[in-house]
Amino acid sequence: MNGQDLPLWLDISVSLLVLAGAAIAFLGSLGLLRLKSYFERVHAPAIIATMACWCVMHATLLYFSMVGEGLAVHALLIALFVAVTVPVTNIFLMRAALFRARRMGEAVPANLSRTATEDAREP
Amino acid sequence: MTGSLLAWALPSALFMLVAAMVLCLVRLLKGPAAQDRVLALDCIYLNGMLLMLVLGIYYGSQHYFEAAMLIALVGFASSTAMAKFLLRGEVIE
Repeated sequence: MNGQDLPLWLDISVSLLVLAGAAIAFLGSLGLLRLKSYFERVHAPAIIATMACWCVMHATLLYFSMVGEGLAVHALLIALFVAVTVPVTNIFLMRAALFRARRMGEAVPANLSRTATEDAREP
Repeated sequence: MTGSLLAWALPSALFMLVAAMVLCLVRLLKGPAAQDRVLALDCIYLNGMLLMLVLGIYYGSQHYFEAAMLIALVGFASSTAMAKFLLRGEVIE
């Protein structure tokens, strides 16, 4: 760590944000480990991509804006990128899981789009 | 010396993030289906990215930001490729 004095409010707020982000990431991972079925488990890591990521991003932004020169908004880039990409990955994964569960004959909801087109074709 | 609270908070945050990665690793190793393992890998790269950002504050260096950005980019590409493979059986059609 660099050896310069920080104002107390910056010390407290950066510490709180970093600790909150890490604790939320831990909770999300614990949920990933503890929940029973895949469709419950897929919800747990979402909190890492939203709340934990934004907490750590704000801590980085605050710290480097006060310690370095100028406003350090580059940390915002990571949070925005994660906010755009993680839903894409999760939707792909959930569709893959539904597809595989249907092929295994498990009790999951039927494919809505296919039944809709078949109903429209029937009369 | 840097703020005393930060000197205590940053190592504990690093410890919690590493513990989170270990929990994801357990799910990766025992996950019953392939999609569980891909989800655990997705979770691991998110945790690693946060770890890089916290390390950047810890060492007071902005270079860790680039590592975090690279982890986010490569993690997104790999997770999407694996999810596409699970869905279709091939990555690029």
